[in-house]
This record gives sequence, structure tokens and C-alpha cells, in this order.
Amino acid sequence: MSALAQAAADGMVVTKRNLIKIKRLPDLLIFSSIQPIMFVLLFAYVFGSAINVPGVDYKEFLMAGIFTQTVAFGSALTAVGLAEDLQKGIIDRFRSLPMARSAVLVGRTTSDLLNNVLVVVIMSVCGLLVGWRIREGVLSAVAAYALLLLFAFAMSWVSATIGLTVRSVEVAQSAGFIWLFPVTFLSNAFVPSERLPTVLRVIAEWNPISAVVASLRDLFGNVGPNVPVGGSFPQQYPIVMAVGWSLLLLAIFVPLSVRRYRAAATR
Amino acid sequence: MASTIVAEGLSKRYGEIRALDGLDLEVAEGTVLGLLGPNGAGKTTAVRVFTTLLRPDSGRATVAGLDVVREAAALRRIIGLSGQYAAVDENLTGFENLDMVGRLYHLGRRTSRSRARDLLDQFALAEAADRPVKTYSGGMRRRLDLAASLVAEPQVLFLDEPTTGLDPRGRLGMWEVIAGLVRGGTTLLLTTQYLEEADRLADSIAVIDHGKVIARGTADELKTQVGGDRLELAVGHVDELAKAADTLRAVGSGEPAVDEGARRLTVPISDGAGVLVGALRRLDAEGVEVLDVGIRRPTLDDVFLALTGRAAEEIDDEPAAAGRGRGTR
Repeated sequence: MSALAQAAADGMVVTKRNLIKIKRLPDLLIFSSIQPIMFVLLFAYVFGSAINVPGVDYKEFLMAGIFTQTVAFGSALTAVGLAEDLQKGIIDRFRSLPMARSAVLVGRTTSDLLNNVLVVVIMSVCGLLVGWRIREGVLSAVAAYALLLLFAFAMSWVSATIGLTVRSVEVAQSAGFIWLFPVTFLSNAFVPSERLPTVLRVIAEWNPISAVVASLRDLFGNVGPNVPVGGSFPQQYPIVMAVGWSLLLLAIFVPLSVRRYRAAATR
Repeated sequence: MASTIVAEGLSKRYGEIRALDGLDLEVAEGTVLGLLGPNGAGKTTAVRVFTTLLRPDSGRATVAGLDVVREAAALRRIIGLSGQYAAVDENLTGFENLDMVGRLYHLGRRTSRSRARDLLDQFALAEAADRPVKTYSGGMRRRLDLAASLVAEPQVLFLDEPTTGLDPRGRLGMWEVIAGLVRGGTTLLLTTQYLEEADRLADSIAVIDHGKVIARGTADELKTQVGGDRLELAVGHVDELAKAADTLRAVGSGEPAVDEGARRLTVPISDGAGVLVGALRRLDAEGVEVLDVGIRRPTLDDVFLALTGRAAEEIDDEPAAAGRGRGTR
């Protein structure tokens, strides 16, 4: 077997191991879905009654933001999972085995991606129940989900770097999470960014979260028919921005987390 | 006989702390070496170097002729490691844990599965095989961790404090399992804080302190070095200490140590039961009130006291390498 095929096989073994945890601890999946469901209900019925978005029902506007926020918050799982494996000595065991060095990270990010797929399915059902609709074709919807998962995968590698840097589960639990609040709220996820004060508006427009959210709204058809699109580059080309951001994050954080993994494990 | 494990001048520093400070070691093929020392002596650091988890700052080490740094990948195929903390996945069943390790040794699906079942049988875990490990007792987890280190039938096995944290029954069970492995001819390096454990399992013992080997020999040689068994005695009154010390000097094989505060005396002896009876007769004749008396085996403390002039717990000040990792070096 070639080295690459062997590495892929090792990654699969670790992925399977991580997935068994999701199966054995279904509470984990339930609780990681409860929070976004709560956000859907709170925003749709509490804030939504006061927020007016031109040209489209707020519940339709909201879901793209919720999807993106959910996978962004979900990425914190990667940090926690890796910190836990380090702390419990499982990574020592892995490192004493003749397996591919990449398998621990590939296995973790892959299983977290699959976890995200499950959560996104649950969120979609929840969205459909409150009145969200997919209004463009099937291909467009598939593209939207693919883009969302690409972004989730990239965020997972950011989180991996954090988890391997902080090393302790308790710290990873807050460090992997806390920065995501400003990042997701300083965006177009819950309110249109046009009405923000200038500085915040510019930040929000260039925020990767906004690019993903805007792409999802386009691809799902959750925008008003005659609503003018903002003039800035990220608003004009959200899909280019979303894909670009995701690839950029991967280009930075894949090598960075691999380096952190080596450093963390050889101490 | 060829040496399977060789270390020459291994050093590893963590800031100001010298976890390894010029460690030299040799383990002959098919034998068991007990690496004996208190917490923080450098036992775990040494094992981490031998098992490719840690690069030494200087010095070199080979296992089965393979350099632990340059030939790490090849070395990992022929070693097994069972650490101080049972590194098994709690959410997986015992079978799934072993099967996973087999797959990662690239044994293939069928071999991994059958090997996992065989090991679970061998380690009396067959009944619990399909239960998640979180339901296991401490002893069961340790056995599973040990089984995981044996999946690929390694030529060389490293066990880092295999019985620390186990209750006496768990410890005895573990000893039997390890003794069984040793009969199979595996080369084994085992670290422990207990002289008794090294005595029971190891062909030879290396005592390690501050990252250096400070004594080597068989268990008997080390015990002779510290004077064999001890007679320990507690008397009722401080005034009787002198009389009791005279008596002990007569029956013992060395100078008695006197602890005035605890009214306790200790003397090395060469012939256990006979000396005890003789000493009690004499003390009775002298009219010394004896509160407590007994013979005990030398402990790691005694070995340390004899070798370094200080007790093992006094140097138990391991700063856990500035709190990193799991605080074991």
C-alpha cells in the first residue's frame, strides 16, 4: 500500500474511533443541537418580531445565519477532543504506534465534519418547521450545503490549532468557544450589516462568516427579489469570498496545527 | 548476550530541571530490567525516549539496534508501550480498543480482530469485551492497556509503573500477568517505585535518581547493600531506648537507628525469625517494655537512604516539568 493510501486508512481508523463516541454518547449530539434550535426559536419569535429585513420574512433571513453560526460554534469540539486525547495519554499511545503522523488530526477533523453533517440536518428540519424554505433548485441547495461544510472543515482546523496549544480540556472548552461570539455576531448573520456603524459595517462585510451567510442566502434563495446588494466586493461576490476564506484558513491552519501536534506531543 | 536496549549519556532538560542527566543503561536480550526510583527521578522521561515519544537533548539510545531518533518509524513496529495512565479510550469497548490498535499496527482486519479476541481471553476480559471501557475497574483498564501494548507481539516491551494506583488485589493480578509475559522471552523494561515489585518481576534493577543511574544489581545485591531485612521495635519509655539499643546491637548485623520522638529503633538483621525470638527474650530479661515489634523487608526508602543518605520522599519534589503534560517524568 502506498504511503498516502496507508495514511488515509489510518485516518479512517481514527475517524471511526471518534464516531463511536458520538454513537455511545448521543447526549453530546442532542446538546450540540439544542443550542442552535434555541437560537432559531429565540431569534425567529423574540428578536424577529422587532427586526425588519426588507423583502424577505425574517425567519428565512435567519436560517443562513444560524447554519453558519452552528458550524462555527461546533468547531470548538475539535479543540476539546484533541485536548482530551492529549490529556488522557491517548495521543501518546497513537504516537508509539507505526501509524501515519497525520491520522490523529485527519481523523478528528473528519469525524467533526460528519458530526456537523448530522447537526446541519437537524437544523434544516428545525428551519423548515419554523417556515424557512429552499427556493432555488436542488443543485443550488447542494452547493450551499457543500460550501457550509467546507467552511466547517476549515474552522475545525483553526480549532485543532487552539486545542493543541492550550492542551487542557477545561481551557479548550472556553478558549475554543469564546472568540466565536464576536466573530459570529459582528456579521450579517442576524441583522443586515448595512445599518451598522461604519467601522463595524466594514468588519462585518469582510468577516468570513458574512461571506458564508450571504452565499447561503443566495444559494437557498432567501433574499428579497428586488433588494439591492451592497456595493463592496465581499457583498458582490460572497461565494468567491466564502470559498477563498475557507481555503485560506485551511492553508494557514493545516500546517500550523500539524506543527503544534508535533510540538505538543514531543514534550 | 546482546543488549537489546542501550542508552548512552541520555540528557533531557525542562528549563532548569534535568529530567535525564547522562543516563546510561543496558538491558540484555530476553531479560527484564526494573528501573526503580521515586517520583520525578526520570523514569517516565527515559521510557518516553526509548519509545520515540521524546527526543533527547543529547546522548543516544538504541532499541533492538534501531536508533530511537533516526529510526523511530521502524522502531515503532517492534515495540509495545503501556503507560502510567491507562491510555485506552473510555467510549470504546475493550474489543474496539484492541482492534483499533491492531489496525494501526497494520495487521489487517482479520488478524486485528482475532488478536483482539485472543488477548481479551488471555487477560480475563472476555466477558467485558463488548462493554464500553468506562464501565471497567481500574485493574481491568490496566490489563486492557497492557493487552494493547501486546497486540503486535512486540520484541521489546516498556511498562511505565504498571501497578501504580491499583489496589493490592489488582497489583497481584498484574504481577501474575507480567510474570507470564516474561516467561515468553520478551525483553522488558519496567519502571516502578516499589522495590518489592522490581524484586518480584525483574532480573536486574537499576536505581535512578535525578536522571542518573546510581546503582545496578539484582534485587538481592541491592538488599545486601542496604543490609537485608530490618527489625523494628517500639518501646514504652524513652529511658529504655539505650538498653534496647544495646540489645539490638548484639543481635543485629549493624548499628541500630534510634528515633527518640517515636521511641522506635531499627536495626539491619541477617536471619529473620531467629533474631526476632532472641531479641524478644533478651528484652524481656532486661525488663524493657516492648509495644510493637516486627521484621520488614527493605523498601525503596531504605535503598535510597543507603545510596544517597536521604529518604526517597524528601526528593519527591518533582515540579512536574513546570506543570506540562501529565506531570510525570
